[in-house]
Amino acid sequence: MKVSEVTAPMAGKIIDVKVEVGDTVSEDDELLILEAMKMEMPIVAPTSGKVKEIRCGKGDSVGADDVLVVIE
Amino acid sequence: MIEAIVHGLHGLLAGFLHMSLPNVLMIGGGLLLLYLGIKKGFEPLLFVPIGFGAVLVNIPLGGLMEEGGILRTFYDAGVMTEIFPLLIFVGIGAMTDFGPLLENPKLLLLGAAGQFGIFLTLLLALALGFSKLDAVSIGIIGACDGPTAIYVSSQYAPHLLGAVSVAAYSYMSLVPIIQPPIMKFLTTHEERTIKMGVVRSSVSRTTKILFPILTTIIAGLIAPMGVPLIGMIMLGNLMRECGAVSRLTKASENEIANVVTLLLGITIGATMEGHAFLKPQTLVVFGLGFVAICLDTVAGVAFGKLMKVFTRGRINPLIGAAGISAYPMAARVAQIEGQKYNRKNYLLMHAMGANTGGQIGSVMAAAVMLSVLKGMGNI
Repeated sequence: MKVSEVTAPMAGKIIDVKVEVGDTVSEDDELLILEAMKMEMPIVAPTSGKVKEIRCGKGDSVGADDVLVVIE
Repeated sequence: MIEAIVHGLHGLLAGFLHMSLPNVLMIGGGLLLLYLGIKKGFEPLLFVPIGFGAVLVNIPLGGLMEEGGILRTFYDAGVMTEIFPLLIFVGIGAMTDFGPLLENPKLLLLGAAGQFGIFLTLLLALALGFSKLDAVSIGIIGACDGPTAIYVSSQYAPHLLGAVSVAAYSYMSLVPIIQPPIMKFLTTHEERTIKMGVVRSSVSRTTKILFPILTTIIAGLIAPMGVPLIGMIMLGNLMRECGAVSRLTKASENEIANVVTLLLGITIGATMEGHAFLKPQTLVVFGLGFVAICLDTVAGVAFGKLMKVFTRGRINPLIGAAGISAYPMAARVAQIEGQKYNRKNYLLMHAMGANTGGQIGSVMAAAVMLSVLKGMGNI
């Protein structure tokens, strides 16, 4: 089973988590909303699969390259 | 007795009797700015006080811009002396993170390219018969940098201050509408989907502290007329990065910036008296300002395409559009447009680098033009 890690493209704050562990997602589906430089942007699934792990929560501050979601 | 009453009533009607069509039109213009600021959210911090200032100054016999009038006093004390725009610059410096630019210093080139339209528009304004100082003030609208536009026009073309300021802030708020069609027209689908990777925070604190100091000295030596502008923005940034004066940093980006924005806005509005503002020249200023912003966007994106070639496809040309100063709107536009064509594309931090480069670029463009004019003996 191939595992894909979704990382933060930049430092910022997670303002919404749109999926739960076990959800099936398609490529480009929105997983999270990240706020950086006072701008909200969606973090999307790089590939289709099942959400195996969510490593951040609403309100968390994250750094660039931090793993946010694991998809398998 | 009756005569006294008639005179008294006449006094109450004097305002109506002195009302002229230009005043009526400009009160309408002021109300339009209020509507745009309040209802549409276009630069409300500026458009609300500017709009109200325009309404105030067009009420006949109010005397607000007469000698000793309250708005004239603010204007003379804050605009003519350069104090207001320069204090705004301290606040901008305190709010700006030059980190993304320092991570990738070559993005400064996009900030320089994004000023190209200023010079083309300056030539166009000269060809249309504007004086050199008027042309500089009009061209600088293209920087999409309100405080720089206000600084330049208040000092060197005060009769254009209202038109230049309103044009600059109007176009700043319209950047998300003006830029995307130009960005799309100039790039291929493949270029718009280029991913640029993650910007990591590897710049040291020492570098961030040295940057404003060295930039001030070097830029000041190249274009001494720009020392007030670059000096104030870099002072604000030094305070932010050194961390030793957090009270001053917070005051600069909040209380001071807020008070000055209010006074600056209302005094700019007060320069929009109907008889002085409603001239064909004002429309020409708005038209040329629009041309300047479009040309700046074209130059930024075109230079982005060039950088894409030289970096073997590692630069997405869309971030070139952020080379104009409008901070941070232009960077946000690059992010939105990039993600529109590739959902997995995150250009924001790269665009922020170009955008902060544009801030330096617009200040330097103004400084260079003024220094050249001074060298020619025109100032």
